[in-house]
Amino acid sequence: MTHSEPARTALRVAVTGGTSGLGRALVDAFAARGDAVAFVARDAARVRAVAAAVPGSHGIVGDVADKDSVHAIALQIGGALGGLDVLVHNASTLGPVPLALLADTECEDFEQALATNVLGPFRLTKALLGLLASSARESRDRGVVVHVTSDAAVTPYAGWGAYGASKAAFAHLGRIWHEELAPHGVAVIDVDPGDMDTPMHAAAIPDADPATLKRPRDAARELIERIDRERAAPRMADAR
Amino acid sequence: MKAATAPVQRPSDARLLVVDACGRLSQRPRSALAETLAPGDLVVANDAATWPASLVGTHVATGSAIEVRLAGRASLVADDVETFSAVVFGAGDHRTPTERRPLPPALTVGDALALGPLTAHVIKGLGHPRLVELRFDDDADTIRAGIARHGRPVQYAHVETPLALWDVWTRIAALPAAFEPPSAGFALDWRMLDRFAARGIAFATLTHAAGLSSTGDPALDARLPLDEPYVISATTVAAIAAARRRGGRVVAVGTTVARALEHAAARPGGLHAGSGLADNRIGAATRLTVVDAIVSGTHEPGTSHHALLAAFVPASTLARVDAALDAFGYRTHEYGDSVLIERAHERSRGDAETSRCRAVAAEAALAA
Repeated sequence: MTHSEPARTALRVAVTGGTSGLGRALVDAFAARGDAVAFVARDAARVRAVAAAVPGSHGIVGDVADKDSVHAIALQIGGALGGLDVLVHNASTLGPVPLALLADTECEDFEQALATNVLGPFRLTKALLGLLASSARESRDRGVVVHVTSDAAVTPYAGWGAYGASKAAFAHLGRIWHEELAPHGVAVIDVDPGDMDTPMHAAAIPDADPATLKRPRDAARELIERIDRERAAPRMADAR
Repeated sequence: MKAATAPVQRPSDARLLVVDACGRLSQRPRSALAETLAPGDLVVANDAATWPASLVGTHVATGSAIEVRLAGRASLVADDVETFSAVVFGAGDHRTPTERRPLPPALTVGDALALGPLTAHVIKGLGHPRLVELRFDDDADTIRAGIARHGRPVQYAHVETPLALWDVWTRIAALPAAFEPPSAGFALDWRMLDRFAARGIAFATLTHAAGLSSTGDPALDARLPLDEPYVISATTVAAIAAARRRGGRVVAVGTTVARALEHAAARPGGLHAGSGLADNRIGAATRLTVVDAIVSGTHEPGTSHHALLAAFVPASTLARVDAALDAFGYRTHEYGDSVLIERAHERSRGDAETSRCRAVAAEAALAA
């Protein structure tokens, strides 16, 4: 090194939906720069595989949509990381696949979309709030919670009812969290990473040309740059 | 006092018995805690999240059913989760009062304990048939996952409904550290923290591994609380110094906060940031050096929590508190009502303040 910069403090990061798509790319990218990462996904075998492939990462098996699992997930995140600076709510579900018109959407499929895309992240933020706030009290930087959303949360696309409506609720949930948590040094942001070449995109639009889609790796890099900016942004008058 | 039997952390009718530095008693709704404290005060809470520390399983050598209650850990270091001290019961569950729970089979070093997805081995006896040190066989991530998914919150017979983790995590629960909830913190919610801020009351946290409050065995209960690790941050130490400078009181939410702060302050060099292992007992003979007031549950005479309150007020005041709690029907145990006890002037600031209290008492007598 020819110049000296103050050493960056490693972040403590949790990512839901961490075994594929954007989530996996985030786990790789955070770990590559030395951050401590815990990730959550439902499939035990895939969690083990990613944890083995990414040294120093902590794989947690759990379903954020399941009320009874959320505190167990939160306990494992807090236990593994010893604090929490960044929480990325990336796990999500499309609802019915193939995509369905609202008129053809079963209530149960819509409920499942709400459980995964809205209630699960709400519960997990709530369970981790003490950890986020205490980490923020001990830091000059803000804690950051990311809601990964979609243009479908803004634009009413026919056929994307369960997904779009749940993502709109999710984005608004984040905006209210942001207002309420600002005095505690925690910023909540929503980020639309754009159309990416991911398993979820393939499920939604099977005939899309992957070459026209953003690579998750690039979306992860952009998102981490945004998170770093949000962490460094000035805090409002502190709750203390 | 009667036991609070429903796992509701903040019942709307929760009460707060306030004891001021002159020993006068008054009553408030507990939700008015922020309005009961004074601008400039500092509230310090224990932000420990609670492990589901009750693990049912089998003593492999005999095939007997057991319940292991994790009770202690040497430090709060994240990956220090292999070795715990633990209290072991024979068959049964929380619905049987602990004092009637059978002993486990005789436990010897090397015994395997099958606890759901985890296996642990007894590595040391700790001087009582129920108390051992055990070590889990797996890596830290696997141990945490096993406890998180198989464990249940430690629970006593006065609450019948099986508890979930959200019943025992305070609103501010952060690092998993406690084996029973730091339940004085049930009084706090985020709206109350905002009201503290609005009134100029500062707020800080420490993390203290609150241990078991009871085992049902007199010999073992006499050893409680066991040694408890804690961590106090530089931010919290600075907040305490700032409160001192402006003449504010340091208000501990819970006996664990008092124990950690007084333990840390008694070390060479005084209160400074870092980790420690609290092995102190606070009681009538303790001279408090940091904590000016305490928010606590209502505790029955004879418990270590109750004994700790004797550091704040003379025995005569504590007797009046006990009588008032009984007379007014305060609910006890972790989901019960609370007290806010300020350290008596005669125990802290000497004769000038004591005589001021005498003047206050004389005035009150005159008015009556």
